[in-house]
Amino acid sequence: MTDRILVPKERNPLRTLYNILNYGGLAALVLWSSSGIQYLGIMQTARGTLEAILRGFILPDVAYLANWTKDGLPYAIVETVAISIAGTFASALLSIPVALLASQNIVGPRVSKLGKVIVTAVRTFPELILALIFISVVGPGAPAGILAIGIHSIGMLAKLFSEAIESMDMGVKEALDSCGATPMEVLFRAMLPEVAPEFISYTLYRFEINVRAASTLGLVGAGGIGAPLIFAIRNRAWSRVGIIMIVMVIVVTVIDLVSGRLRKKLV
Amino acid sequence: MSGPVERIVVPKPNHLRRNLIILGVTALIVGSAWFAGFDLGRILLNLRKGGRLLGRMFLRPDWAYTPRIVDPLLETVKMSIVGTFWGAILAFPTAVFAANNFIKNPWIAQPLRVILNITRSIPAMVMASVFVAVFGIGAFSGVMALVIFTFGLISKLTFESIEAIDQGQVEALQAVGANKPNILRYAIVPQILPQFLSYTLYGFEINVRAAAVLGYVGAGGIGQIFEQNLAWRNFDRVGLIIIISFFVVLVIDLASSAMRRKLV
Repeated sequence: MTDRILVPKERNPLRTLYNILNYGGLAALVLWSSSGIQYLGIMQTARGTLEAILRGFILPDVAYLANWTKDGLPYAIVETVAISIAGTFASALLSIPVALLASQNIVGPRVSKLGKVIVTAVRTFPELILALIFISVVGPGAPAGILAIGIHSIGMLAKLFSEAIESMDMGVKEALDSCGATPMEVLFRAMLPEVAPEFISYTLYRFEINVRAASTLGLVGAGGIGAPLIFAIRNRAWSRVGIIMIVMVIVVTVIDLVSGRLRKKLV
Repeated sequence: MSGPVERIVVPKPNHLRRNLIILGVTALIVGSAWFAGFDLGRILLNLRKGGRLLGRMFLRPDWAYTPRIVDPLLETVKMSIVGTFWGAILAFPTAVFAANNFIKNPWIAQPLRVILNITRSIPAMVMASVFVAVFGIGAFSGVMALVIFTFGLISKLTFESIEAIDQGQVEALQAVGANKPNILRYAIVPQILPQFLSYTLYGFEINVRAAAVLGYVGAGGIGQIFEQNLAWRNFDRVGLIIIISFFVVLVIDLASSAMRRKLV
C-alpha cells in the first residue's frame, strides 16, 4: 500500500492578479508591436533569391579570396582588423581619464554621477551615426571607422573601468598617500598596476565586439569589409557574399577564441 | 650598540618577457593605425569642418519636423519588442539543449553551439541587408534580422547560466526519480529564470539601438528617414532625428537597466 502525500496548492488571489497583469501586459505589448510590423507577404522572387543565396554559400567566390591586391578579400579583412585594433586602443586610452572621472572613490559622489551620465550618453550614441559624422569630417575610409569605434567604445570601457576602480583595494593608495606620494605617483604606482589586468581583459573583450562592429562600418563607407559586402548584396552577387560571410565568421570566431583564452589567463 | 647595517638587496626582476610583449603589442597597434591610414594631423586639420557640420546639425535643429518622426520612432520600438520577444522564445529551448549538463549528448549540443556562434558573428546590419534582398524593403526584414541576432545572443548567455546552476537541486530531484521534463521545470527553470529575463532585457536594449540604425539599409524604422534626410543633406533634420532618438534610446536603456538590477 502506498501512502500519497498531498501538498495542497497554495492559492493567493493577489498573486494570481499580479500574474495576470504581468503576462497580460506583456501579451498586449507584443500584440501592439506586432500590429505595427506590416507583413507584406513574401515577395514572389523570395524563393528564387533564397535558392540563389544558398547556391552562393555552397559555391563561394574563391577567386576573390585569392586576390591579394587592394581590391581583394584579404586586404579588406586585414583593414577591418586594423580598424578594430587601432580603434580599441584609442578608446582604451581615452577611457582611463573618463573612468577616473566616473569613479566614486576618486572624485566623490557628485562628479562621479556626472561622469556616469556622460559615459551612458556616449554608449547610447550609435557607432554608425558617429561613423557618418566622422566621414563628413575626415572623408570616407578607415580613419573615420577608427574614430567612430574609438569614441563609441568609451561608453562601455569607461563604465567597466570605473567599476574596476571602484571595487579595488584602496590600501595601496593609502600606503602611498601616507608616505607623501604625489597624485600622479599614486595613479601610476598604486592604482593603474592594481587594475591593469582587469583593464586589459575588458579591452580585449571590447576588441572582440569591435571586430564585429568594424565589419558593419563599411556599410556607410568607413572602411573595412562592410563596403564590398554591401556592394555584393546590392548586386545580388551571392557567391561573393558567401565567401565574405564565411571568411568573416571564421575570422571573428578565431579572434574570439584567442582573445577569450588570453582573458582567462589574465583574470 | 649599532651593529653593521644590513642591506636588503632586492634582485632586479627580469622584465625581458614583459618588455617583448609590450613591444609586440605596440608594433601591432602602430602597424594597424598605419595600415588603416590613420593620420592625426589630417584629422586635426579637418576639425573645423567637423565643427561646422555639427553646428548645422545640433545648433538649430528643425523642431517643426518632430511630428514626422514620431511614427518611424514608434516603428523602431515596435520592431525591437517583436524581435526581442521571438528571439527570446526561440532562445529558451535552444539554450536548454545547448547546455551540457541537461542533455548530455555532445551530438546535440555541439552543432547548436556552432549555429549560435555563427548567428552571433554576423552583424545585425548585414543580416538585415540580406533580408531586405529576400523579403523586400520594410520593417519585416529588420525584425527578422533582430530575431536571429537576439536568438544567438540570449541562447549563448542562457546556456552558460544553465551550465553554472547548482547541481544539487538536479541531483535531489533525480534521487526521488524525477524525469527530464520535471528536472527542467523544478530544478533548472527556477534557477535561471531571473537571469534569462535579465538577458532578454539586455537583448532588448541592444535591439533598440540596432533597430534605430537598421533603416539605413532599408529595414524599417527611424533609420530610413534618417538616411533620406542625410542623402538630401538636410542636416537640421538629421540633427533633430539624432537628438530625439538619442533621448528615446537613453530612456529605454535607463528603464531597462533599472529593471535588470532588480531582477538579478
